[in-house]
Amino acid sequence: MTLLDNPAAGHFLPLEPGHSSPGRLEKLLRAGEFTVTAELSPPDSSDPQEVFDKARIFHGSVDAMNATDGSGANCHMSSVAVCAILRRANYSVVMQVSCRDRNRIAIQGDVLGAAAIGVASILCLTGDGVQAGDHPQAKPVFDLESITLLSMLRRMRDESQFQSGRKITRPPRVFLGAAANPFMPPYDFRPIRLAKKIAAGAQFIQTQYCFDVERLKRFMSTVCDMGLHEKAFILVGVGPLASARAAEWIRQNVPGVHIPDRIIDRLTGSGNQKQEGKRICIELIQQVREIEGVSGIHVMAYRQEETVAEIIQESRVLGSRTPWYPGIDGP
Amino acid sequence: MYRVRRWASRHARFFEGIYNGFEALLVSLHPLFRRIGYQRMDRPVAAVEKVVKGLLFDTRMCGSCTLGATGMVCPMNCPKSMRNGPCGGVRSNGHCEIKPEMPCVWVDAYAGSRLMIDGDRIREIQAPVDHRLEGSSSWMREVRRKKGVPEIGEAAG
Repeated sequence: MTLLDNPAAGHFLPLEPGHSSPGRLEKLLRAGEFTVTAELSPPDSSDPQEVFDKARIFHGSVDAMNATDGSGANCHMSSVAVCAILRRANYSVVMQVSCRDRNRIAIQGDVLGAAAIGVASILCLTGDGVQAGDHPQAKPVFDLESITLLSMLRRMRDESQFQSGRKITRPPRVFLGAAANPFMPPYDFRPIRLAKKIAAGAQFIQTQYCFDVERLKRFMSTVCDMGLHEKAFILVGVGPLASARAAEWIRQNVPGVHIPDRIIDRLTGSGNQKQEGKRICIELIQQVREIEGVSGIHVMAYRQEETVAEIIQESRVLGSRTPWYPGIDGP
Repeated sequence: MYRVRRWASRHARFFEGIYNGFEALLVSLHPLFRRIGYQRMDRPVAAVEKVVKGLLFDTRMCGSCTLGATGMVCPMNCPKSMRNGPCGGVRSNGHCEIKPEMPCVWVDAYAGSRLMIDGDRIREIQAPVDHRLEGSSSWMREVRRKKGVPEIGEAAG
């Protein structure tokens, strides 16, 4: 399948009926395609070429790239700036917005600016605590949290109003997303929390890393019983583990990531741990795509971005489809 | 350290009853409050509220109290001020990402809500905090809301 591609920034394109944004991500999901997004980690640099280099690694493998917003509470180039650079080449981007570093005044301003440069999808996050990152001495803001952020952005879009009630002349036409973590307690509350996010405006969901398919299945079965999979598109987070040691480190130091012992044992027992990590990721993707209510995957391959193309190809999740990238139709 | 407020959340059903009764009492005192003046009442009531709720629930006096909808647990004790449920950073033992020694406020809130008659109010979406209300009495605000008295500072009518 090929989609007609946006010659200009998405903001100025007409909306298809029933769509909130002119973006490629929303189009694919609504068309029922199994969709792949990936996390692009912004550089510690002011060189735009580094952003393009990182994007190029994903060519032909992913439908949209998430520009993270100070992920893990570490300083990097801002997500809105990464999106602005990528939009110059017409990439489909998901701008991540975290509530840790900015209050509602700053966030609303960024969202208007992002929509003006053609950002069509926004992922609303609470954000990791500052203690997790390289500036634990910083002041944590948390003026909003993911759900209040979602309702604020939905109001900007659907009612053309700032939270203050002041009028916006041209609302941001954005597809709104949120995160979910089915893998941490309180497990029974997790589907309810997802329902609240959807009620607050979430239209797509990207989950935390899944290394425990059984736990995901239990979560998704409740989600489907509640009918939530029909109200939002759910993309399951996956990623390759570089080694047993890396997995152990992530488990200890990255908030919210659950890696069962059996995964670590499998890595430990392997002659080529990096290869085995990739193998596990491919198997997880194949199992995840069979689960009812799953619309796609979200690949987080921090410092292993070069493995993504192979993982996507070997897992065959895209079928015969090649995601658009600049230059796919010839120079 | 968190013993009293955790004890209160384990007795959320009991405190729900007490709270509902107390609220009805306050609402019935509306004519008296009106005579004295709501504005004049706010500070002394807030002082009492701070002591009572602080002792039992460790509340933070945000001025937009949600105790009845959050399992009789004050969500403002969450280091991220989560008012609509737990973040994704909860540890596998149910403790907080930021304060590893503290059980997640929302793990306790959900458990508390399961004991309450109106526990499903935990599904309600809470609006963002209005930081201007910090330190004011949410008890008096609730009475004013029930009796249709305009907010302090708002123009009457």
